[in-house]
Amino acid sequence: MDAIMLQEKLVERLLCPRVRTARQKEKQYVGFATLPNQVHRKSVKKGFDFTLMVAGESGMGKSTLVNSLFLTDLYKDRKLLNAEERINQTVEIIKHTVDIEEKGVKLKLTIVDTPGFGDAVNNNECWKPITDYIDQQFEQYFRDESGLNRKNIQDNRVHCCLYFIPPFGHGLRPVDVEFMKALHEKVNIIPLIAKADCLTPNEIKKLKDRIREEIDKFGIKVYQFPECDSDEDEEFKQLDKELKECTPFAVIGSNTVVEARGQRVRGRLYPWGIVEVENQSHCDFVKLRNMLIRSHMHDLKDVTCDVHYENYRAQCIQEMTSKLAQDNRMESPLPILPLSTPDVDTEKLIKMKDEELKRMQEMLNKMQQQMHEKDQ
Amino acid sequence: MSKPCHSGLGKSTLVNTLFKSQVSRKSTGWARDEKIPKTVEIKSVSHVIEEGGVKMKLTVVDTPGFGDLINNDNCWDPISKFINEQYEKFLKEEVNITRKKRIPDTRVHCCLYFISPTGHSLRQLDIEFMKRLSHSVNIIPVIAKADTMTIEERQDFKQRVRKELEMSGIEFYPQKEFDEDMEDKSDNDKIREAMPFAVVGSDKEYQVNGKRVLGRKTAWGIVEVENPNHCEFAQLRDFLIRSHLQDLKEVTHNIHYETYRAKRLNENGGLHPISSSDTQESNL
Repeated sequence: MDAIMLQEKLVERLLCPRVRTARQKEKQYVGFATLPNQVHRKSVKKGFDFTLMVAGESGMGKSTLVNSLFLTDLYKDRKLLNAEERINQTVEIIKHTVDIEEKGVKLKLTIVDTPGFGDAVNNNECWKPITDYIDQQFEQYFRDESGLNRKNIQDNRVHCCLYFIPPFGHGLRPVDVEFMKALHEKVNIIPLIAKADCLTPNEIKKLKDRIREEIDKFGIKVYQFPECDSDEDEEFKQLDKELKECTPFAVIGSNTVVEARGQRVRGRLYPWGIVEVENQSHCDFVKLRNMLIRSHMHDLKDVTCDVHYENYRAQCIQEMTSKLAQDNRMESPLPILPLSTPDVDTEKLIKMKDEELKRMQEMLNKMQQQMHEKDQ
Repeated sequence: MSKPCHSGLGKSTLVNTLFKSQVSRKSTGWARDEKIPKTVEIKSVSHVIEEGGVKMKLTVVDTPGFGDLINNDNCWDPISKFINEQYEKFLKEEVNITRKKRIPDTRVHCCLYFISPTGHSLRQLDIEFMKRLSHSVNIIPVIAKADTMTIEERQDFKQRVRKELEMSGIEFYPQKEFDEDMEDKSDNDKIREAMPFAVVGSDKEYQVNGKRVLGRKTAWGIVEVENPNHCEFAQLRDFLIRSHLQDLKEVTHNIHYETYRAKRLNENGGLHPISSSDTQESNL
């Protein structure tokens, strides 16, 4: 029985955490509370990335808003096409990447622009190039993830799509509904009311109510803010509630700085007054910026990875296994993934090992049979 | 008067402001059970308004559904058809053997086309529509909801729109070719330089500097509709109603209608279009 007791003690030693030294036992302090700092240091070293897509008709102020949000000038050399030139234009996908840094934290920001969307006379399926692009990024990530060398996977998946709704209408138009329905299960959609400075406060409220109603009615799944934890303080909860009731955000952007109330602010100068972009009583720009950048950027990435990408992946695998079944091949427990870099040598090795295993299995079977005969 | 554009560009409000009365019934957007119509509808509403003893029967033709669908191919056809139908009606009356002293005139004298204030340029739909209709009706392009743009943006936008209209060969009213004399030409030139008018409409009044004015109240100021520094509504109103109303009717009658009539007569080989459909003989 000694052997058994010894064995038990050994197992205990292996499975349980290291016994604290006497000194540490006094302090009751292990030291893993520094983990967040370690994570922080590593992340800051690695840097962050974020891919944002902007979609909507031309002239909705998308570029201006992006410039205002990130305080950059991404569209310096843009040449606007006139209507004649745009007649045969199809929807394009254009990427701008910029590296910005703030307080030592680096962000690689990619803006995916969609010029030409909704501009033609016939806009049937004008969202197809956009859904194709998003799927392509998922597919590329899927391949990279299933590949053999996973050290430097580039994540080009779209984390968030800002959709600009024109303020001139009475709610969602057919093209808005169709676009959002085609994309709501592939990307986080945040609908915005563009150029909100042409609406009075009353009109904004009516339009927001109307849009929220229609989003419910058509079953569009826009990005939902996560519920705040029950242990947050009341003020935070109140702010969170206000934020949720304010959607869709009515925004204004500006590339110019004007003088208002003795300060230089980003704004638009009209003969009847000055609209300040960062004034909360003028528009929801600050709310959008806080939500998009200051509190929910990481959550947007998480939802993209955990929900949208996983949906895509599951769908992809399902399609592949059903294809395999159709081809009447041997049902393998694991789906055969299309490896991006088929290594010929390793494949050979795998085949050899497979054959060896088969041989050993046969030998075992033979031995078992022999033993069985012997017994009999 | 007819006024096509995407819904929500303030057509009804503007017409009500122009004629200082509720001539256009404002729809509060699509009612709960109403959907955006599958084809463009033509809704015509008439009122008799009076000012200083002068009565005028104003008919406003609205075109809900224009440009609202995903596929807007040929959405201008119902409108074109409507305009031609009015000409046809008038023509029928004119060639009647016993005709009324005053033929009821339902022809469209003026078409206000509302351009979306994107600040970039005209949309393809705008160009397609105006190209096709500028030869059958007087088109007056108007930039709607002009309080979206600052003065600079407005000037840039207007210039670009004018250039595009020129490049596409679209002649809007007042057309250069119909200027009768030098005086007309110089007056109209000034107007053409200022078009398309950037307007803001409103049916609400606010107190500004001790006066009650029509305007839109926002958190940063009140946009005064009739203040020429704020928007060009006053210019549009003066142009449309106070100086060129009669001219619009004359151009419609003398030029657009005559073009239509000549086309119809030519189709029938110089015969009365009505008689050839009634009887098989030719008679002129």
